[in-house]
Amino acid sequence: MLKIENLHATVGDTEILTGLSLEINAGEVHAIMGPNGAGKSTLAYVLGGRDGYEVTQGSATFNGQDILDMDPHERAALGLFLGFQYPVEIPGVSNLQFLRESLNSQRKSRGEEPLSGGAFIKLAKEKAALLKMDMEMLKRAVNVGFSGGEKKRNEMVQMGILDPQLAILDETDSGLDIDALRTVGSGINAIMRDEKKAVLLITHYQRLLEEVKPDFVHVLARGRIVKTGGPELAVQLEEQGYEAIAA
Amino acid sequence: MTNDVKAKERAAEEQAERTEMNAEAQAAADKASAYEHGWSSDIEQEFAEKGLNEDTVRFISAKKEEPEWMLEWRLKAFRIWQDMESPDWAKLDIPMIDYQDAYYYAEPKKKPELDSLDDVDPEILRVYEKLGIPIAEQEVLAGVKGARKVAVDAVFDSVSVATTFREELEAAGVIFRSISEAIKEYPNLVRKYLGKVVPVKDNYFAALNCAVFSDGTFVYIPEGVRCPMELSTYFRINAENTGQFERTLIVAEKSSYVSYLEGCTAPMRDENQLHAAVVELIAMEDAEIKYSTVQNWYPGDENGKGGIYNFVTKRGLCAGARSKISWTQVETGSAITWKYPSCVLNGENSVGEFYSVALTNNYQQADTGTKMIHNGKGSRSTIISKGISAGKSDNTYRGLVRVGPNAENVRNFTQCDSLLLGDTCGAHTVPYIEVKNPTAQIEHEATTSKISDDQMFYAQQRGLDEEEAVSLIVNGFAKEVLKELPMEFAVEAQKLLAISLEGSVG
Ligand SMILES: Nc1ncnc2c1ncn2[C@@H]1O[C@H](COP(=O)(O)OP(=O)(O)OP(=O)(O)O)[C@@H](O)[C@H]1O
Ligand SMILES: [Mg+2]
Repeated sequence: MLKIENLHATVGDTEILTGLSLEINAGEVHAIMGPNGAGKSTLAYVLGGRDGYEVTQGSATFNGQDILDMDPHERAALGLFLGFQYPVEIPGVSNLQFLRESLNSQRKSRGEEPLSGGAFIKLAKEKAALLKMDMEMLKRAVNVGFSGGEKKRNEMVQMGILDPQLAILDETDSGLDIDALRTVGSGINAIMRDEKKAVLLITHYQRLLEEVKPDFVHVLARGRIVKTGGPELAVQLEEQGYEAIAA
Repeated sequence: MTNDVKAKERAAEEQAERTEMNAEAQAAADKASAYEHGWSSDIEQEFAEKGLNEDTVRFISAKKEEPEWMLEWRLKAFRIWQDMESPDWAKLDIPMIDYQDAYYYAEPKKKPELDSLDDVDPEILRVYEKLGIPIAEQEVLAGVKGARKVAVDAVFDSVSVATTFREELEAAGVIFRSISEAIKEYPNLVRKYLGKVVPVKDNYFAALNCAVFSDGTFVYIPEGVRCPMELSTYFRINAENTGQFERTLIVAEKSSYVSYLEGCTAPMRDENQLHAAVVELIAMEDAEIKYSTVQNWYPGDENGKGGIYNFVTKRGLCAGARSKISWTQVETGSAITWKYPSCVLNGENSVGEFYSVALTNNYQQADTGTKMIHNGKGSRSTIISKGISAGKSDNTYRGLVRVGPNAENVRNFTQCDSLLLGDTCGAHTVPYIEVKNPTAQIEHEATTSKISDDQMFYAQQRGLDEEEAVSLIVNGFAKEVLKELPMEFAVEAQKLLAISLEGSVG
């Protein structure tokens, strides 16, 4: 589904990704762990197509299509979703309006009919319930005045509504309380555990991985994948730290 | 969450549903995108000769079969205007206007007196269609059952061609007429109030309007009457080189209520067009007037060529205790906007409100704001101004809050927010505060911001393209004002913001 080969990317004048390769197939869950500043969020942004993140070498394809020349919204329409480490506030725009417009824009790009108001509200209610999010929250402006944990949960509601093929979740677990972590974990499983879908979890903690069991765990350090293993690697990392394993 | 907020959210949801239901009507409105508004229709004109002198004034007055007093009033105004100078205090670069090189009167040759819009010249209806007039009106036109009633007094090229719902309004005792009709049918009323809120010599453009106003609207709501429908007027400039001088007078007697909508757009044209309207509102004791405008005159092209010069004087008088006047405006059009809808708060505990979104793009210039003149004890005012600048445009908020010496316990809250798109445009906030009574509480907040890269990427990652993302963020920025608009106007206004920003990103 996603194939990244020898990816080099710079931000400003600094090379952050230094030859990263990674392949994710449908039905798989991958986890990326790595020290602060290693380039995990940068990888997510590069895949999302953010301005200012320049690819200087290498390739990335999504279902065989080169995505690096596409605009962010085109990648989104293909089914690529980013759960943001720091979700952004949009004052004056309700979550419902935001998501409905986003979803219908994606559908339009894919040549599908827009979802009607009634059908959309039904979908939103269903996903909000799945993540135990009060509908009233969805009527509020996007992330404005949301607590850190609420913002993360909101990302997952958005994922549920947009129903992507590949979700890259950047530290979605950070800032969640114990119960919320469990809810979010089972939400991810419900929405994304599917033989046609895949998940890339970026995380610092083993805890989320107990909820959403990864097939592969990668260590990202200094801008590339330095080690790959099974779920046991995450346990090992938590016990011994990056120094010992990724050095 | 308070009930109030809930109610508003519910209204927003209903609005979404409503939009959905009207998908087809919407599609028609969608067509009026870009500047499809820029075309010319070919109804024959009857012109006054080019130029402006006393004979022009006499011609207009005669053409409209006005009584002698009206002609005298116009002539007096003309003489006053001749001795005045065009104001230069606004942050506007106004090219020399040759007042002799314009026509001051034009009307469609066919001039039917109709009772309903069904009988309107199909040519005119087509024009409205192109304008993408609000859904509610389309429903009314199509005879949709249960459609919200909106009376449309169509001002087509200076002359009213149709007034609908006259009967229902008449049953309620509401007078809703073109001002020329009213001058003949209700001379005493018109004479009593015309020029009382905006005096002839108030300013250069108001004086000019007094001399040559072509047509406009008169509304009178009798004591205790809640106007049974929203009143709405569409203006359109249609004749080459025709100055447009609309005149509106709304009088709300004791304990009455009226909501009035004014929307306009103009055709694409090379020549600059002058528009100098005057709007006067008077609210007696416990009366309320809500006046909403969506202004979309032709703004000129992306190189700053053409476009309307919009010099408007709008003022409301809260004459009685607890009276209320609320101005809501969405200004996206015109090459130059000079406009300060104001409230003179004479009544005790009277209320003035000004909600404004002004958007400028390319080479547009807007200098707009309000004056809240507090003379009544306990009078209150709220000013919410949202300025959006893009391209090479300049956008100024200019506002005055004045508290007279005898006005105890006055309160004002002012919030001015500016949003900049790109770094070649300008946003300016010029607040004047004059307080002569120490009990006044005046609050002023101002912010200037840009759309952040974070917001753009977030919205795009969810599936919106660049223009959609900008439009969404801008609409969110303007939300506080847009929610003050009647529903059918809000939809149109959101579209206008998006259309007006086209080409400003990327
Ligand atoms: N806009 C930028 N300009 C300059 N340097 C940047 C910019 N964005 C990121 N970087 C640098 O790139 C490196 C990688 O950052 P990134 O956010 O990808 O790290 P991360 O692996 O996600 O770390 P964390 O675990 O703390 O979230 C860091 O050294 C960071 O300072
Ligand atoms: Mg990060």
